[in-house]
Amino acid sequence: MTDLAASVRGVKGMQGVQALQVLRRLSRHRPAFYSLILLALFAALALLAPALAALTGLDPADVDLYQRLAPPSLGHILGTDELGRDVFLRLLYGGRVSLTVALAAAAASAIIGTAIGLAAGYFGGRTDSLLMRLTDGVIALPLLPLLIVLAAVDFSKLGLGGAFLDSDLASLYRIILIITLVGWTTVARLVRGAALSLREREFVLAASAQGASPLRIIVSHILPNAVTPIIVATTLSVGNIILFESVLSFLGLGIQPPVSSWGNMLSNAQELIWTAPGLSIWPGMAIFLTVIAFNFLGDGLQEAFDPKSTRD
Amino acid sequence: MTALISSPLARHIIGRLGETCVVIVIMSFAVYGLIGLMPGDPIDLMISADPHLTSADAARLRAVYGLDRPIMERYGAWLTDALQGDFGYSRAFSQPVLDILTPHLGNSLILMGLSFVLAVAIALPAGMVAALNPRSRTDHLINLLSFAGISIPTFWLALLLIILFSVTLGWLPPGGIATVGVDTIGDRSRHLVLPVVTLTVTQIGAYARFMRAAMIETLRADFIRTARAKGANTRRIIIRHALRNALIPVVTILALSFGTLFSGALITETMFAYPGMGKLIFDSIMGNDFNLALAGLLFATLVTLLGNLGADLAYAWLDPRISYATRRKGP
Repeated sequence: MTDLAASVRGVKGMQGVQALQVLRRLSRHRPAFYSLILLALFAALALLAPALAALTGLDPADVDLYQRLAPPSLGHILGTDELGRDVFLRLLYGGRVSLTVALAAAAASAIIGTAIGLAAGYFGGRTDSLLMRLTDGVIALPLLPLLIVLAAVDFSKLGLGGAFLDSDLASLYRIILIITLVGWTTVARLVRGAALSLREREFVLAASAQGASPLRIIVSHILPNAVTPIIVATTLSVGNIILFESVLSFLGLGIQPPVSSWGNMLSNAQELIWTAPGLSIWPGMAIFLTVIAFNFLGDGLQEAFDPKSTRD
Repeated sequence: MTALISSPLARHIIGRLGETCVVIVIMSFAVYGLIGLMPGDPIDLMISADPHLTSADAARLRAVYGLDRPIMERYGAWLTDALQGDFGYSRAFSQPVLDILTPHLGNSLILMGLSFVLAVAIALPAGMVAALNPRSRTDHLINLLSFAGISIPTFWLALLLIILFSVTLGWLPPGGIATVGVDTIGDRSRHLVLPVVTLTVTQIGAYARFMRAAMIETLRADFIRTARAKGANTRRIIIRHALRNALIPVVTILALSFGTLFSGALITETMFAYPGMGKLIFDSIMGNDFNLALAGLLFATLVTLLGNLGADLAYAWLDPRISYATRRKGP
């Protein structure tokens, strides 16, 4: 028993060393390193948005019709929009919403994808081919039209409660839910691949020879060793999720005003391209930079975990 | 004839066609159910258009149109009609759904086809160049541009292009398919430029990265080393040996990206007011045009699945090792 405990501690120690190596390799991957800094900055700004608002005495919802479409100044560093609201603060508050949706939907997708991937990879055979058909099917579908239909569904027709649907945050939960419905596929495929090779490994055979139940093998032997693909796939899927959220909000189906999100800020800006083309720049830039940062980070993580993978 | 049908490839194609049909039927039911859950129903719309309708009239109308029947029964009736080519009437256009879908589908295929061909024509050479010079400056630049292409929101790119080329420079029209009254080939092409560029740019990045990864993987293979050892020149090795093998996984991934292409087309068409399937589907969902939305979504799915099927066949052509007679087992 003590031997076992020692070897478990040994394995944990190994993982510590490996984690350090991964971090070192990640810091050497330039794009991923800068992306991490950028994302940390964005996250800090989003978290500090209320403090910044209090400090400057501005409110992102404050309408000031005397200051419509003002150019950048000391008071409004990115200027104001068509209702005289501060563009910079609205960006920060929009970032809170967009990042919350992205992280929540990515986490939920990771859980579903992991469950499906583990089941397919471990049980193999019919379960595997059925689940992978489903995954390929979802990947191959034109997702955006389906998301639009899902976003347009009237939940009260399903008999869901009224109080929840009337709350300001309903559009937030709703978009997290529908993006999760289609977002799990990347994680599922990668986890399935990992589980397929792990189930042939000696420690899994040993556990199964000792009579461990499939559930126990999956949870305590396969899952911990499949963490790498889960982290990589989840990071990579965040970018896609932000793109889906922003386009749905842009089309008026995602986050609803007055709550600001990068997508719905752009749909206001679209109506003003002839009078104030500058308004279209910042929210789009915020989406673009966040998405590219998550993609670089995912790429960097993939390499850091597996240096032999894509690069020579 | 019997020989043709009993050939393994033909059996494979028939099997895949069958699968496609099953997926379409499942999709049609799911979408039918979802559309029933959208706000308002056709009778509500009639009531809002005509204040003289009483609730008794509404109930009678519901009975006439069969809206009071259970969903399976309604779906069955819809499916029977649809299989005979009758998808009903569009509310907004007051025309049979199919008469509206066909021209829109044509417009979309022009947009998607041009963008796809352009994206592949740029991305595959770019990916190859990157793979042949790994970690070089060119590789890093191509990598950066690929990531930018993958990460840029389609609607924002469209917005920026409109601001630059239509609002500021005034070179190209900001939307539509043709100038009213002009409608020549040249005029149509001018209207196509910005949508095609938008859709192309958003596809290139992913394709170039697939190509780079596949090429690097192939260049490491033993048969490449053998060819080099035999003294074959580099050009021959790349084109005859590496490229053909690298294309196999790339074609599969390209096939799976038709759905993404369609999603991109929906945004592009909506941004540029280009009358294609994507915009039609979006407008019909937004405008409660149920019959049109349902048929449009199914057509979009069908086109995507047929694209996948086509790539599956290209796969067999590219890789003669794939035999459909005996399915390989294992992962």
